[in-house]
Amino acid sequence: MTTHHFTRQEPHRRRGVLRRATAPVAAGTAIALLLAACGGGGGGGGGGESDAEFNEGESAVVNPSDETGGTLRYAISADFDSPDPGNTYYAFSWNFSRYYARTLLTYTEAPGEQGIEIQPDLAEELPEGNEDSTEWTVRLKQGLRYEDGSEITAEDVKYAIARSNFGDQALPNGPKYFQDLLADSDDYEGPYADEGDPLAGFDGIETPDDHTLVFHLKKSFSEFPYVLIQPQTAPVPADADRGEQYQSQVVSSGPYKFDGEYRPGVSLNLVRNEEWDATTDPTRRALPDRIEVELGVDQNEIDQRLVNGELDVDLSGTGVGPAMKGTVITDEAQRHNVDNPQTSTLRYININTVMEPLDDLACREAIMFAADRDALQRAWGGDTGGDIATQIMPGSLPGADPSLDLYPSEDNKGDLAKAQEKLEECGQPDGFSTAIGARADRPADVSTAEALQQALARVNIEAEIKQFPSDTYTNTQAGSPSFVADNDLGLTVYGWAPDWASGYGFMSKILDGDAIQEAGNANISEIDDDQINEWFDEVVSVEDADERASIYGQIDERAMEQAVILPAVFERTVLYRPANLTNVYYHAGYSMFDYMSLGTTGD
Amino acid sequence: MTAPMDVPESSQHAEPEAVVAGAKDAASRSLRQIAWQRFRKDKVGMTGGIVVILLILVAIFAPLLTAWFGYPPNQFNQSLVDPLTGGVLRDPNDPAQGLDPWGGISAQHLLGVEPVNGRDLFSRIVYGARTSLLVATVATVVCVVIGTVLGILAGYFGGWADVVISRTMDIFLAFPLLLFAIALVGVIPDGAFGLSGNNLRIGVLVFIIGFFNWPYIGRIVRGQTLTLKEREFVEASRSLGAGSTHIVFREILPNLVTPILVYSTLLIPTNILFEAALSFLGVGINPPMATWGGMLENALRFYTTSPHFVIVPGLAIFITVLAFNLFGDGLRDAFDPRSSD
Repeated sequence: MTTHHFTRQEPHRRRGVLRRATAPVAAGTAIALLLAACGGGGGGGGGGESDAEFNEGESAVVNPSDETGGTLRYAISADFDSPDPGNTYYAFSWNFSRYYARTLLTYTEAPGEQGIEIQPDLAEELPEGNEDSTEWTVRLKQGLRYEDGSEITAEDVKYAIARSNFGDQALPNGPKYFQDLLADSDDYEGPYADEGDPLAGFDGIETPDDHTLVFHLKKSFSEFPYVLIQPQTAPVPADADRGEQYQSQVVSSGPYKFDGEYRPGVSLNLVRNEEWDATTDPTRRALPDRIEVELGVDQNEIDQRLVNGELDVDLSGTGVGPAMKGTVITDEAQRHNVDNPQTSTLRYININTVMEPLDDLACREAIMFAADRDALQRAWGGDTGGDIATQIMPGSLPGADPSLDLYPSEDNKGDLAKAQEKLEECGQPDGFSTAIGARADRPADVSTAEALQQALARVNIEAEIKQFPSDTYTNTQAGSPSFVADNDLGLTVYGWAPDWASGYGFMSKILDGDAIQEAGNANISEIDDDQINEWFDEVVSVEDADERASIYGQIDERAMEQAVILPAVFERTVLYRPANLTNVYYHAGYSMFDYMSLGTTGD
Repeated sequence: MTAPMDVPESSQHAEPEAVVAGAKDAASRSLRQIAWQRFRKDKVGMTGGIVVILLILVAIFAPLLTAWFGYPPNQFNQSLVDPLTGGVLRDPNDPAQGLDPWGGISAQHLLGVEPVNGRDLFSRIVYGARTSLLVATVATVVCVVIGTVLGILAGYFGGWADVVISRTMDIFLAFPLLLFAIALVGVIPDGAFGLSGNNLRIGVLVFIIGFFNWPYIGRIVRGQTLTLKEREFVEASRSLGAGSTHIVFREILPNLVTPILVYSTLLIPTNILFEAALSFLGVGINPPMATWGGMLENALRFYTTSPHFVIVPGLAIFITVLAFNLFGDGLRDAFDPRSSD
């Protein structure tokens, strides 16, 4: 049973950002302080000596230290999709691959909202776009070297982007933003098509010299720097590339290099890369001497070994399994070793806008008013499972307004009088019937559907629950408008996390009318609102970030007015933080601990 | 069914079965009466039988039982549950007292409540019995009908009919049933066969379990038919000019009733387990309808904080399967004492 990762079918699993200053978070911290005070000094387990507090790592660095040495021990219940930086889409892998793969740009090493600010990594400074944001120039730092001492060039970065994005043999796992965005490259068949000159015909990126890259885009895209954070921008020397097999021995540009080959399903070990120059790298501390990853360890065993101090980090970053969760958050001796940060994943219910009677706004509003948000939060594990959401964008994204609450009710239990009023307005005073789609193998999804069904029944909206397997749900059931129509799926339980920390990265796939597709559709409510579409078209050429943020705020509010998404919670994870870990904090850009800063006091 | 009461007690104890069976009033007793005589003395089998009857009554009178002793099975009682962990509170009015290790068992909630939603477990177990027994029984009937018809055809007519049917049974027995069930439930569209929602799900479960488990009955019926058709009374019938129809329906079938009854009773618990397995995997009945397998699956998330939630549906499945098995074994021993050796 894997609880550790998001499946590939959830296309935007990449976590973005979060800011933690919302009211529920503050309340949670207060409770935590109180409890920590009561249980103060409790010993036992893998680290009773720590004087850290519950959830301290969400907003601060726990056990700060510059001490180097020791072995950092990771384990995960499944495996990488691939440790090749050009061929991965798992959030933990984007975080972990930074040990051996430096990218053009990167997130800042800092807790809280500062973490999502972009910094140069291989690049000398943040790139500037031209007038209409269609041309971006990036200059590399001088003197950067691979593990074998050879120099990192602009051509290597261009090659890395080519292999992960272009042609029939492009590496399959990662997203394809460059393919969508780069101009003059539609006929390029990828580096594996022409052995002699792998980059012939790839004109979307120019490399006028060894340290300069010029990106030409098809259209204005003011958020292009976010795309340059992807591990796909890590350099790959063309003569070392072996396609998908490159994963067994990635050539390192970072502080660590592979010790032996990556063994799928078994292990990956890293040792120091002496060619890495710390003075060129502001975001990697490189404290441990050695890093070991065990693959394919049972989740319950991982959790138990974390608590016993026999393991340092659960690589998946999605928190302890449900069995251990109940124990560590209630046990006074363990609680202070637990972080419970809010991630940027929204759990929500799509309300379809094209099938009767939900094509009538008032009928959708009736559902918004009738929903019991308190019960929805309980279905997601209560206060430690997530914070009740009343808007679409996670509170941390620029432009989000947590005070937006268009469908208020006492104790969040729903406003039945208002719901009845809306039902009468849409000509369904006696209620109507529809169905709720949910993923059968996701217990929290099913609980959410049950809670919603109970709440809607209070105003005679009869919603039958239909279950589907999660590996086909996002593509062929909820993700197919014709399937949705045939099966009367007026409501569908869903989750979403941004590929990058902006309103565009979060909302464009789920709210833009142009994003509706026949299969793999994420705009499941099928909202095709002229006003929202226009804002999305407009925002990509706006250069000023604050101006963009205010447009995102408008889109969020408009979508809530249109009652197309019933937000349930902004999810929280329960991360265990063994006492021997140093420099631990939750990184908003990856929605887990920042692996680059971690050190250990053990051997 | 009346048991002869005039057998002296001493002889019942002192004398072996054969003597009892061949005692003075043997002529007045049918095989069934003799079997009942034996079964009554089998305490284990009787206990199983009583539990089975109780379970059937519970399933039939589920709405009455929950009205008297419980709550509507899908009703949330979230005030009983700790919102932080989802566990059941010791005292809903004083959350500081922590979680109740017994899952809120009280006079109101006889078996406690489930975590997170606080639904009454007694009601859900009672309604779960309905689902389990309904699916298992109907599926067993399907098995029996198909198995008996094909088994008699194969056994009585022999030849190519036997070859075709017997090989078909081999194929069905080798079928990866669980995988097929999972795939089929995913593929059948809602509204197929004029059924939708849980009616369709129940129909599909009955079909899968019934249609793929018939060879077990089929093989037994075939074997019995093979021996029966060589017996003197059948030969006698045939020599008097009776046709196949008469022989099958009048001579062979009545003698098959007993083994069919016995093996049906033993097939029901297998089918209950199969239904629970499918519900556990999420391909059975849709929530919120209560099923034991579904409850068990849900409970695994909470086994550290609310162990009772695992134990209650687990015990329900365990007791039901055990009772049916003991009952079936008892029946078999009663009808055919030699088979137990």
